[in-house]
Amino acid sequence: MDHRPQAWGRPRDDVYGAYDHSYLQSGGPKQMTQSPVVTGTSVIGIKFKDGVILAADNLASYGSLARFTDVKRLRVFLGTSVVGFGGDVSDMQYLDRHLNELAIDESYEGGGAQEEHGEKGKLNAANLHTYLHKLMYRRRNDFDPLWNQVLVAGLDAAGKPHLSSVDLRGTAFTSPSLATGFGAALAQPIMRKYAATEEDAARLTRDQAVKVVQECMKVLYYRDARSLDKYSIAVVTKDGVELKEDEQLEKQSWAFAEQIRGYGTQTV
Amino acid sequence: MFRNNYDNDSVTFSPQGRIFQVEYAAEAVKQGSVVVGIASKTHAVLVAIKRNAEELSSYQKKLFPIDENVGIAIAGLTSDARVLSNFMKQQCLGHRLTYGRNMPVRSLVDMIGSKAQVNTQHYGKRPYGVGLLVAGVDDQGPHLFEFQPSGMTEEMVAFAIGARSQMARTYLEKNLDAFASCGRDELVQHGLKALKESLVQDRELTVENTSVGIVGVGKAADGSTKVEPFKVYDGQEVNAFIESVADDKEAEAEAAPAGGSGMEVDDE
Repeated sequence: MDHRPQAWGRPRDDVYGAYDHSYLQSGGPKQMTQSPVVTGTSVIGIKFKDGVILAADNLASYGSLARFTDVKRLRVFLGTSVVGFGGDVSDMQYLDRHLNELAIDESYEGGGAQEEHGEKGKLNAANLHTYLHKLMYRRRNDFDPLWNQVLVAGLDAAGKPHLSSVDLRGTAFTSPSLATGFGAALAQPIMRKYAATEEDAARLTRDQAVKVVQECMKVLYYRDARSLDKYSIAVVTKDGVELKEDEQLEKQSWAFAEQIRGYGTQTV
Repeated sequence: MFRNNYDNDSVTFSPQGRIFQVEYAAEAVKQGSVVVGIASKTHAVLVAIKRNAEELSSYQKKLFPIDENVGIAIAGLTSDARVLSNFMKQQCLGHRLTYGRNMPVRSLVDMIGSKAQVNTQHYGKRPYGVGLLVAGVDDQGPHLFEFQPSGMTEEMVAFAIGARSQMARTYLEKNLDAFASCGRDELVQHGLKALKESLVQDRELTVENTSVGIVGVGKAADGSTKVEPFKVYDGQEVNAFIESVADDKEAEAEAAPAGGSGMEVDDE
């Protein structure tokens, strides 16, 4: 038996045969994400009078296969903001772990001084958006992008509702309503009917906004083949985050499908 | 002849448990001219006595802006302070870039604390020969911190470091309870009165040798808080401040540069 320290803890060659190094090549070109693999579809968000609502379904697709049906794509940051992830799920998990780390560091900062000051002085949604923007743009410049488009919802430094977006290229912007992926084509026009401008959004009540979002999720389920009728919805206000992760689309009506040739499973 | 064998480097303890190099660095702080800092609920101010090496030279600056929300006062080796100041400026700028907000003062001070401590624990390094008072505002309001070459940092209500600073500290201790509710100008007056306590016989505050730095939180038009950026007042700008604390009999004498030579008047 090989007693040299180099062999400690390794499979024994006399039992398993010599290790085939061709399986783990350190040489060759460095590989980076060329396309997403397991993906989440649209995330939608809309501002209202006292806060922001974010929603995304619970599906992670593997190509066109509905592979995982209980994936939570809305993540809470510091109890005050929510990040919604569209795009690659493994990159989402990386970002989620990274943001958790950031939240822990942020909570330690100041040696517990936050205790007396509550949420004051913590990173707010606007700060978080700036950070994610820098992170995504940095990765794009490394030619190793994080294949996501994310929405950030929460309040800004002045306590006003904040809703913003960053994508894998580091493009960042804000709007009274936002949607990623297919939602940009299907949900955004519906939300714009209710919140075209900041002023419109500031008149929306919470119940109205929730209804709009539910309506959008339904349309997305009708028309987006990579979507699911189980979804998560988060309402962010100054009182914190209310996150429901097991919502079901209600009052579906597929009557319209019969009129459309090529939609669904007709044989003629 | 007695020779101290335990002060050759900053990694060796003396048998009494002291590290002489660190103590010598603390002495360098006491060689610097005095600086005073006070924080109230709305403002943090720094006031300092500047020294000129000779009559023909200009006065050495004592107060430095770091970022919009932070400034420092230095006592000790100016060149060491330059290193710390540049470091602090970079950290503040980096924080502003990545998060889009002012850097929390405590985390900034913790960073220079850690940086300075490393120098006291490595062979071949020396501690910084400078002490700082760091005044700043963040989301949690105004702060004043003391920094020592040992790496020690501490939040203070009011403090003074530098030559004969004990007299200034005695004044501050006597008036401690008044500071919290002071406005901007009152705070500066307390600072200048504390400075006066530390002056040697026949020296007084003049527009040449006095520096004042102020940072605070104000109210914006919409009721949210707004940073009143750190500003250093030098020369004629401090005249009003000096006059506000002038002894009655000396009130008129302030117009002429007291104790100065004819040379200083020339460049006006």
